[in-house]
Amino acid sequence: MSRKTPVIEVDHVNLGQNGHLVLEDISLTINEHEFHAIIGPNGGGKTTLLKVILGLIRPDSGTVRVMGGTPHEMRAHLGYVPQFRTFDFQFPISVQDMVTSGRLGHLTGLLRRFSREDTEAAAEAMETMQITHLKDRPIHDISGGERQRAIIARALAGKPSVLLLDEPTVYVDSPTAVRFYDILSQLRESMTIVLVTHDISALSPDVTHISCVNRRLFTHHDNQITEDMIAGAYPCPVDIIAHGVPHRVIPDHDNRVFGGRK
Amino acid sequence: MIEALGFEFFRNALIAGLLASIACGVIGSFVVVKRMASLAGGISHAAFGGIGLGYFLGIDPLAGAAAVALGTSTATAWIRMKAHQHLDTLVGAVWATGMAAGILFIYITPGFAPDLFSYLFGNILLVPRETLIVMAILTTGICGIVAILYPRLVAVTFDEEYASVMDLHPDRIMVILLLLTGLTVVMLIQIVGIILVIALLTLPAATARLFSRSMKEMIVGASLLGIVFTTAGIWLSYAFDIPSGATIVIVSACVYFGALPLQRRVLCHRESV
Repeated sequence: MSRKTPVIEVDHVNLGQNGHLVLEDISLTINEHEFHAIIGPNGGGKTTLLKVILGLIRPDSGTVRVMGGTPHEMRAHLGYVPQFRTFDFQFPISVQDMVTSGRLGHLTGLLRRFSREDTEAAAEAMETMQITHLKDRPIHDISGGERQRAIIARALAGKPSVLLLDEPTVYVDSPTAVRFYDILSQLRESMTIVLVTHDISALSPDVTHISCVNRRLFTHHDNQITEDMIAGAYPCPVDIIAHGVPHRVIPDHDNRVFGGRK
Repeated sequence: MIEALGFEFFRNALIAGLLASIACGVIGSFVVVKRMASLAGGISHAAFGGIGLGYFLGIDPLAGAAAVALGTSTATAWIRMKAHQHLDTLVGAVWATGMAAGILFIYITPGFAPDLFSYLFGNILLVPRETLIVMAILTTGICGIVAILYPRLVAVTFDEEYASVMDLHPDRIMVILLLLTGLTVVMLIQIVGIILVIALLTLPAATARLFSRSMKEMIVGASLLGIVFTTAGIWLSYAFDIPSGATIVIVSACVYFGALPLQRRVLCHRESV
């Protein structure tokens, strides 16, 4: 059990935005080498929780520790894959330059020019994401799935210990999503993965832990989605959701209480 | 028309056009990719308030314009950090307030009313030698700062949030970018005037972007296009005795709108492959 080193510790985090409580009393520990999926309905606070972990949003109360430090101190260890729709793909930048820009977090000084080490890390990241052949193409000139892989490659170029992905499969078709999960399970050997998604039908079987977020957190210490989590996090009948998860065994209701909810 | 080169004012105009084009190519490229055209417009119209203030205080109107442009840039950067959802409305407010303040200042200043027309629409044929020197210093400074910050500027304009995650302090970079935009705007007031500043700042960059694969290509392309546009505009305005600033803008706009369908064809071709 030596693998149980916590990399992310969220402790009693509360956050309000525009007068609404977005995150309420969230506590979550993610250990090294976990493949942790955070699921939940749209608008349930998944992305916000991810941004709190990244230190982009400061919680009103509670603490976040990343590898024992503050998110701010530990940023160089975090790789972030933001939502696809936040990107301006008309920006004139080549795949290679975009991926290499992921190295900037490791550079200091006034000029911050890339060294051979940076170009090599970028080349390795592009190789992992199988986009090396696209490296000279501008990002407006490649497909949605290729763009998604380029965004992940940028995060990998920083050689992160934890990779945090926000809805990475929304804009890719199912075969691409399957290949994408193959790559993730390969990455799992070298890093902790935190994946946020509302699409529970697209969850990889390699996921080791699942949490549900809908303002509050409903969690289970393995990779099962339980009725309680679904009932707690999704405001719709459990049956409908359960049919959407054909490859995942929904256990019998075991009367366990999650997050204080019956 | 070659004989025009014998006149000092004409040579000065060409050099002023060249310097302004380089500053525009560099800063305009970032303004276009960061979608800050209206923001740049707001800064330039606010600068009119500075021109009026300059007259009122009896100092160089362009010094007043520079002070107000830089002040507005800093304020805008600060507001962007705090409440970016209202930025659009604020830009509109600053835009109108600047113009109104300028007109009031000029009205209450005793004596002759200055030639507002040349500030509103510029007159590149009247740029004196001393102004050229100031422009050369400004352009060199702008290029130098952009060269130093280049990797960070690209990262911040491409993806501000990720730049935060990489600890690049995007807020600071944006303050610098907006200050440089303010300086460029003041420089352009001489050439095309307040009202046409956005055109010279964005049209060469937007045209270059259609065919660029990187920010470097876009910056170089925009600068070269700007030089072509200003030079052509100056010749045409001299040859037909028409206003220079407006001519430069019309030339730029014609090329931009002409290039749009070309680019679409290139893109469609690429998509179908």
